Amino acid sequence: MNIFKKTILTIFASLFLTVSVSADSIRIGTEGAYPPWNAKDESGKLIGFEVELANWLCIYMGKECTIVEQDWDGMIPGLIMRKYDAIMAGMSITDERMKTINFSQGYADEVAQLAVMKGSSLEGMDTPSGINLSLGGSDVKSALKTLTGALAGKTVCVQTATIHQNFLESGDVGSVSIRTYKTQDEVNLDLTAGRCDAALAAAVAFTDYAEKSGKDVVLVGPTFSGGAFGNGVGVGIRKDDTDLLKSFNKAIDTARKQGKISELAIKWFGFDASM
Amino acid sequence: MIESLPRLLNATKVTIELTLLSLLFGIFVGVFFALLRTSKNRVFYFISYYYSYIFRGTPLLVQIFIIYFGLGQVEWIRESFLWILLKEPYSCAILAFTLNTGAYSSEIFRSAFETINKGVLEAAKGLGFNKLHIFFKIKLPIAIRQSLPAYGNEMILMLKGTSLASTVTLLDLTGVAKHIISTTFRPVEVFIVAGSIYLIMTFIIHNFIKYLEKKYSYE
Repeated sequence: MNIFKKTILTIFASLFLTVSVSADSIRIGTEGAYPPWNAKDESGKLIGFEVELANWLCIYMGKECTIVEQDWDGMIPGLIMRKYDAIMAGMSITDERMKTINFSQGYADEVAQLAVMKGSSLEGMDTPSGINLSLGGSDVKSALKTLTGALAGKTVCVQTATIHQNFLESGDVGSVSIRTYKTQDEVNLDLTAGRCDAALAAAVAFTDYAEKSGKDVVLVGPTFSGGAFGNGVGVGIRKDDTDLLKSFNKAIDTARKQGKISELAIKWFGFDASM
Repeated sequence: MIESLPRLLNATKVTIELTLLSLLFGIFVGVFFALLRTSKNRVFYFISYYYSYIFRGTPLLVQIFIIYFGLGQVEWIRESFLWILLKEPYSCAILAFTLNTGAYSSEIFRSAFETINKGVLEAAKGLGFNKLHIFFKIKLPIAIRQSLPAYGNEMILMLKGTSLASTVTLLDLTGVAKHIISTTFRPVEVFIVAGSIYLIMTFIIHNFIKYLEKKYSYE
């Protein structure tokens, strides 16, 4: 056997070895760019609420886990293409996504809110402090009407492929001009640069940014939940991986009973966002 | 796959617009800096040299990020008249593309100017042509013909470079393809369609240049 053949065989052998090792470990995909849900520290290490929760869930499941980084706009395709086996990336459970993948039970819930720069004309909007789109009713209707009027002709910035983009495109707040970005970081940058009249994301994403950057970003209007905003954040799993879905659901039950989710939520969000 | 076609074709208009405008402005920038480069004035020479050095030496993605996200963070720029231009992603993209293709074009045109046979210019002088005449009637036509093959390459590179416009929120062909994928979760099909549209466009550019080369060949 010549050296060339040997090398090729060695490479193949090592490939199979890694596959057989990873068969028992679960790969979890996250974005690492949506603090405090998931982010990276200065050294590039993944940190955040979901990174810690993922490690705990794996302990409860008795499995080895590796956390894989993936850009947000390729998150679901990456799962389907088996680059990882589960998504924990602040991904809300929505009907639209359920057509393609499964979700575990929700482990945490977030509210979305509009943010503007201090001094914006959108400050002081007269709406209830929070609306649940699934409930409907006159409160929701009048709030949406106020928002439609206030946002007419304004540019609202969102991260691409999010519930926030879906909501703005749903027509509930009229036809605002929407600008989409690859990451929440870029949304924040353009909000402070003044290219966006407002931005929509998880309220914690803005408070986290305002705190860390020292910029005058303020939240306005009601907090949103339900409807296009989905039913909490869960673990995304391929449709055919029913066993994995069951073990995640069980692990989340355990984490909830032991108060782990609340503990981590308070650590990262400053309030109990668990569900 | 087929359902995505109308939206992608619509976005192709943006891609074509970005390409043509950048190339058009880029030609002027390129010729201008090529002339500075061939000038005997040292200052002009160095300005042109470093312009081309910087824009050819850094990735287009970095350039477009600096112009869009970078300059947007500088307060005095936001308060100046420049902001009218720099506020819009469209003009930022055109600016970045123009400066980038301008740098490459200036090198192409410079080498074309330098290869012009000195005898031709001396003959023109002998016939009593003035400087402007020599430039527009002799130098420029010869230089354009000389640079056609290399410039055709640059046109194709620019066409593909416009895909970076999607990184600054523009909905060009790549931007819309990504947008469709984010709701359908079907990257392979959609990118194949988008890639084919790019391929058709490069095919057109390629043949257009080939036609020009033939038409203006010396034989």
